[in-house]
Amino acid sequence: MKYKSQKVAYWFFALSMLLFGLQIVYGFIMGFAHAGYDGLHEIIPFNTAKAVHLNLLVVWLLSGFMGAAYYIIPEESQRELVSVKLAYVQLISLALVGVAAIIGFHFNIWEGRKFLEIPRGLDYLVVVNVLLFLGIILLTLFKSKRRTTTSLVLSMGLLFAALLYLPGMLPFDSQVTDSFFRWWVVHLWVEGVWELIMGGILSFLLIKLTGVDREVIEKWLYVIVGLTFLSGVLGTGHHYYYIGVNKIWLVVGGIFSALEPLAFLAMALFAVNMYRKGEKKHPNKLALYWTLGAAIVSFVGAGLLGFAHTLPQTNLYTHGTLVTAMHGHLAFWGAYAMIVLAIISYSLPNMTGRKLYDSTIGRMAFWFSNIGMIGMTVAFGVAGVAQVYLERIMKIDFMEVQKLTEVHFMVLIVCATLFTTGVILYMIDFYKHGTPTDEALEIHN
Amino acid sequence: MLSKKQARAFFLGGTLVTFLIFIGLTIFSLSKDVDQTNHENITPAVVRGKEIWETNNCMGCHTILGEGGYYAPELTKVIDRLNLKYNGQGEQVIKSILMSEGPWQPNGRKMVAYGMTEAEASDVVAFFKWIGEIDLNGFGDVVGVDRKISPLAKDKNNK
Ligand code: HEM
Ligand code: HEM
Ligand SMILES: [Fe+2]
Repeated sequence: MKYKSQKVAYWFFALSMLLFGLQIVYGFIMGFAHAGYDGLHEIIPFNTAKAVHLNLLVVWLLSGFMGAAYYIIPEESQRELVSVKLAYVQLISLALVGVAAIIGFHFNIWEGRKFLEIPRGLDYLVVVNVLLFLGIILLTLFKSKRRTTTSLVLSMGLLFAALLYLPGMLPFDSQVTDSFFRWWVVHLWVEGVWELIMGGILSFLLIKLTGVDREVIEKWLYVIVGLTFLSGVLGTGHHYYYIGVNKIWLVVGGIFSALEPLAFLAMALFAVNMYRKGEKKHPNKLALYWTLGAAIVSFVGAGLLGFAHTLPQTNLYTHGTLVTAMHGHLAFWGAYAMIVLAIISYSLPNMTGRKLYDSTIGRMAFWFSNIGMIGMTVAFGVAGVAQVYLERIMKIDFMEVQKLTEVHFMVLIVCATLFTTGVILYMIDFYKHGTPTDEALEIHN
Repeated sequence: MLSKKQARAFFLGGTLVTFLIFIGLTIFSLSKDVDQTNHENITPAVVRGKEIWETNNCMGCHTILGEGGYYAPELTKVIDRLNLKYNGQGEQVIKSILMSEGPWQPNGRKMVAYGMTEAEASDVVAFFKWIGEIDLNGFGDVVGVDRKISPLAKDKNNK
C-alpha cells in the first residue's frame, strides 16, 4: 500500500465477504427445495430465495469491484483519492440500499424481472450511489497526470456498467421488449463491460505479481477487451433466439456468441504466459493462485460451458433449463467471484501489514471452494441434461422430471458443503489479517 | 509484432463497428414490418396481467419465454398444455390455482397461495393467452404441446 486512502478498499471487501456468506445461505435453501425439502416455503418461498441469491451475488461482486477500484486507482494514478469521507458515505449507502432491497424481497416488494428485482424507488438510489462512486474514481483519475491503460480500462468498465443499468429501467407493456432490453443490462454486463473490469484487475495483478513489463501486459489487455466487445456485443443475440423477435438474431447471435470464448481463452493464455515469463516471483502465492485460477476457470465456465449451449440448434432445447444454471454458476464463480477474491488476497496483506502470504488455511480455501464448485457444476449439468432429454425431447411432464432430478440435488448439496467449507476458510483468513493500519504504508509491492 | 497503439485501435474500432451494427439490428428487429412480438394484440387486460406477473415475481420460480427460475413449469404455452391435460378446461384450472387460498401442490412441490380475485386471475390468463400466440422461432413447439405426439401416447409417457 502506498496511499492512505487505499484503506477504504478494505471495508468494501469486508462488506463483500458478509453478503457473499448470506448469498450462500439462500443457495442452500433453493438446493434443498429442489431436493424435495421446502420446509421454509411459508417464510422464504423459492422466488424470494432466488431473488435474494441473485441480488446478493450482484451486490457483493459490485462491492468487490468498487473496493478494487479504490485500491487500484490511487496506486496507478499515484495520488490519494479526492475524498475518503465521501467514499465511506458511498460504502454505507451501498450497504443500506442492498440490505433494504433484500429485506423487501421477503415482503413481496420487488419487480419480478430476473437479476433486476430491485424495486423502482431503490433503483434511483442505486443510480445516485454509483454516480457518487464514479465521481470519486473519475475525478481522482482526472486530477492525476498518470493515466495508465490499466486504470483507464478499469474505469471505462465501471462507467459503462453504470450506463447500462439504465435500459433496465425502461418500462414496457410487452414481455418481449421488456426481456429484450433486460439483456442489455444482464448480458452486456457479464459478457461485455464487466470483462473490462476483470481485465483491468487482472492486468494490475499480473503487473504486480509477475514483474513483466507494463507495456507488454497492457498491450494484451487491449487485445482481450477488443475481442470481448467484438464478439460480446452482437453475441447478445443468443438471448434473442426464442423470445419472439426476428430470426436474424439466430444467425447473428449464433456466429458472434460462438466467438465469445476467444476473449476468455485469450485471458487464460495471457495470464499463464505472463506468469511463465515473469522473473519476479512475488511471495504472495495465494494471490497468484486466485489470479491464475480466475483466468483459467472463467475460460471453462464462461467460455467452454457457455459455448456448449450457445448455438441456436442446441439452445432450442436447453433454453431455460438447469443446463443454464450449470453454466451460470461456474461462469460467475470463475470470472467474477475469483477475480474479486484475487484482488482481496493480494491487497489484504498490503493494507493490514500482516504478510500471511502462504497459509495452509489459504490454500485449503482455494482448493475446497474450487473443487466444490466444479462438483456443483457437474451436479447441475447432469440434472440439466436429464431434464432436456426427458422433458423437452421425450415430452414427459415437468414435475415428473423434477422428481427424477431430486437425487442430483442431494449431490449438489454435498458439493456445496465442500464449497462452503472453502469459503469459510477464506473468511477466516480474511479475519486473521486484522484491519488496515497506516503503518502498513511502508510495504511496497 | 503488434504494437500497443495497434492493439488500442483494434479495441476502439471493433467496439464502435459492432456497437453500431447492434443498434441497427435492434431498430430493424423491432420495426413494424418484421415485428413478430404480437404487439398489436396487447389489451389493457394483458398489461394488467403482466403487472401482476411482475409484482409477484412469478419469474422467481417459473420460466416464461424460457427466462426465470427452474423450479416450476415453463408457462409460455401453459394454456395449450393445460387444455390438453384437462379437456379444454385450461383457463379454468389456471384461475382456480391463482384464486386458491391454500398452497397448490400437485406433486408435493408448493406454489405460493395468492388468493387472487376473479378479475385479477382473468388478467393473468389474458397475459398467458397473449404470450402463447407469439411466434417463438420454434421454441413454442419444444415447450408447448407437440402435435406430433397423440394425447394417448403422451398419456403413456406420463405414467
Ligand atoms: C463471465 C461470463 C459469463 C457469465 C457470468 C454468464 C452467466 C450467465 C447466466 C447467469 C445466464 C442465465 C441468464 C438468465 O437466464 O437469466 C447465462 C445464460 C447464457 N449464457 Fe452465459 N455467462 C457468461 C459468458 C457466456 C459466454 C462466453 C457464452 C457463450 C459462449 C454464454 C452463453 C450463454 C447462453 C447461450 C445463455 C442462455 C441460456 C438459455 O438460453 O437459457 N455465456 N449466462
Ligand atoms: C452453496 C452454494 C450454492 C448453492 C447450493 C446454490 C444453489 C442454487 C440454486 C438451487 C439455484 C436455482 C436454480 C433454479 O432457478 O432452479 C441457483 C441459482 C443461481 N446461482 Fe447459486 N448456489 C450456490 C452458490 C452460488 C455462487 C457462489 C454463485 C456465483 C458465483 C451462484 C450463482 C447463481 C446464479 C447466477 C444463479 C441463477 C442461474 C440461472 O437462473 O440461470 N450460486 N443457485
Ligand atoms: Fe449472454
